[in-house]
Amino acid sequence: MIETRDLAKRFDNFWAVDGINLRVEAGQVLALLGPNGAGKTTTVRMLTSILRPTRGQAFVAGYDVVEEPAKVRASVGILTEHHGLYNRMPAMEYLDFFGKAYDLDLETRRARSQQLLQEFGLFDSGARRIAEYSKGMRQKLALARALLHNPPILLLDEPTSAMDPESSHLVRNSIRDLRSASRAIVICTHNLAEAEDLADQIAIIRQGKIIASGTPEALKKQYLGPAEYEVRFGATLNGQPINLPASARLCSMGQDWFRFQTNSPVEANPLILKSLLDQGLPVLGLYEIPRSVEQVYINAISAPQE
Amino acid sequence: MFASISKQVGGALIITRREVRDQFRDWRIIFPIIVLTVFFPALMNFTARRAVEFVERYGAPIVGDRLIPFLLLIVGFFPISVSLVIALESFVGEKERRSIEPLLNTPLQDWQIFSGKLLAALVPPLIASYLGITVYLIGVYYQVDWKPPAVLFVQVLILTLVQALLMVSGAIVVSSQATSVRSANLLASFIIIPMALLIQAEAIIMFWASYDALWWIILGQVFIAGLLIRTGLAHFNREELLGKEIDALNIGWIYHQFKDAFIGGSRGLFQWYRMEVRGAFIRLRTPILIMVLVSIAAYWIGSQQAQVFVLPVEYLSVRNPDQSLIQGLDSIRFFSVGGAGTVFLHNLRAIALATLLGLFSFGVLGILIMMLPITIIGYLAETMAATGLPPLTFFTALVLPHGVLEIPAILLTGAAILRLGAAMAAPAYGKTIGESWLAALADWAKIVVGLVVPLFLGAAFLEIFVTPRVAIWLLGG
Repeated sequence: MIETRDLAKRFDNFWAVDGINLRVEAGQVLALLGPNGAGKTTTVRMLTSILRPTRGQAFVAGYDVVEEPAKVRASVGILTEHHGLYNRMPAMEYLDFFGKAYDLDLETRRARSQQLLQEFGLFDSGARRIAEYSKGMRQKLALARALLHNPPILLLDEPTSAMDPESSHLVRNSIRDLRSASRAIVICTHNLAEAEDLADQIAIIRQGKIIASGTPEALKKQYLGPAEYEVRFGATLNGQPINLPASARLCSMGQDWFRFQTNSPVEANPLILKSLLDQGLPVLGLYEIPRSVEQVYINAISAPQE
Repeated sequence: MFASISKQVGGALIITRREVRDQFRDWRIIFPIIVLTVFFPALMNFTARRAVEFVERYGAPIVGDRLIPFLLLIVGFFPISVSLVIALESFVGEKERRSIEPLLNTPLQDWQIFSGKLLAALVPPLIASYLGITVYLIGVYYQVDWKPPAVLFVQVLILTLVQALLMVSGAIVVSSQATSVRSANLLASFIIIPMALLIQAEAIIMFWASYDALWWIILGQVFIAGLLIRTGLAHFNREELLGKEIDALNIGWIYHQFKDAFIGGSRGLFQWYRMEVRGAFIRLRTPILIMVLVSIAAYWIGSQQAQVFVLPVEYLSVRNPDQSLIQGLDSIRFFSVGGAGTVFLHNLRAIALATLLGLFSFGVLGILIMMLPITIIGYLAETMAATGLPPLTFFTALVLPHGVLEIPAILLTGAAILRLGAAMAAPAYGKTIGESWLAALADWAKIVVGLVVPLFLGAAFLEIFVTPRVAIWLLGG
């Protein structure tokens, strides 16, 4: 659905994006992470045929972003970093205007507008001017605009910024619902928990280059090492030795717990558990220590540049 | 075919309708339009009546007769002045508020958004203007029993339209160079000042009652508006609109772009001539052709003027110049290196002036300056023909000896200036306006430094040392 090959963009005297390779299949959500000015917005603008790549190629919904810009834009729904709403317009009229711009017929425009306003809890405010909307309402309206023409590609720049927790939850659920076999979604966000929650793939971009990419699990493994597990006991160990198989490594231990890392938990964990039970130790539980994408991001971003 | 065109135009009208509706929700636009449509024409009616009464009292009714059409023009102009504000707000205001980005993400094409906005900035003030004209005409009819001649009425309607078009297209070009309404307002003086001068010129024509001259004014404005619209369209593209975030002047980048284009890959003077100057010359083929055609036209215009501005034949005979004439030539620094230097410096000043004026007029004023000597040659050749001197002899004796270098230099300079202007109106594909313009400027510099300056230098020496001798030899019998 989205593919870029060595995509690059140069402004005046610097490369805003420098040789990005991305692939997002239908049904996938890619989170594009990176500090401000890393090149996320420029990448998104190239994917919507607004900026012309200086080098490389990009295909969106099967269309070349340089050769078929109108088709690309018709296939993309975009939530921009700045909402860019027309304050003097009522929301319903606003959506109708964009429906026309996307060449939707009257019936579809009305049906989609009403459906989306209802979905985002804005239906009762549909006749109010956008100037009267709160920040969160504006964000939801901008998202409704992006979804109006039911696009197969969604590019969402900070989809839940400025939203209260309830609205953020609503929007995240909507994005989950939007994930379908026929739709690819790219989210640019600074909210790493959100990225982890929603994304199948993560790409971290720094100074125009992708410095890390993969599934959240693969990135955790790459940047944080093998998965870490903790075993807790119902009583103190009193200096009893812990026997671990060769594939596991003891990381730390306390009075009634210890942690280990292993690359092959499927084989190692049952062996460890059996050994502990054979020793007559009162095992309460064995579980994986949760690790966040935030740690991955910090490690990746703070790593020295090649 | 028709359905396709209708759909394309429909896309533009989506923008127009939204913008016009938005304008009607903004009291800052509506209030002045209403005032200028209703109150101002009524005020002008009052002014007209008082003025007519006043001048009749002193036996000068002609002043009143001339004032009424002038006020008609002014009544039409004031509401359309709002179009400038609307256009700035529509183009740069939307850019500043970032509401342009969602619009640029739609499948609408650049030209559709551009034309939609242009129409939206044009139509409401124009309707207001025509309504104001109607109110004014009804008023003067009832108050001083004046009806405009049909041709004048049509001229004022067209003038109002082209003036609005000129201001809106100018505002669009200004907007494309600004990222905030504040900076656009500052740049808008580039529109307001020429428009004020234009209105003064029209006022003179109105008071002079040379209404036929208004057609030329209309034609000139249509031409400039066309160029500005072309430029606006070239600037109004997604890359330009969103690629520039701040109004920063990057001197370093400008210097490197120019230097790279000027020197290119050459490593010495010979290579520079072979690669860069030759390349620039090849790129100037079309402008050179245009310059040749314009020169022919300039010569013809000059020769036609000889019949309008006739010089007394008795003072013009250059046959058999005597010794005193040769001594006279000596006294005006002919046959001296200093004289050659003066001619050379004069030509350099002409290049500088032509380029400077060309920068602000898409090359048009620059070309006019470069064509001035050709027009004068045409005029003199025709005038001399009246004394019995065949144009060919005149040309061979007084022009050709140094013209063989000077005329190609003039054509090359004009062509380079034309290309500079064209780069503003139609940047090269895949390049920004800035990149295109700097490339054209580098070509101009290559042509001027590499060819024009040496040609002018040679021409100056020929003009000072050779031309007078050839003239004396040929004309002296």
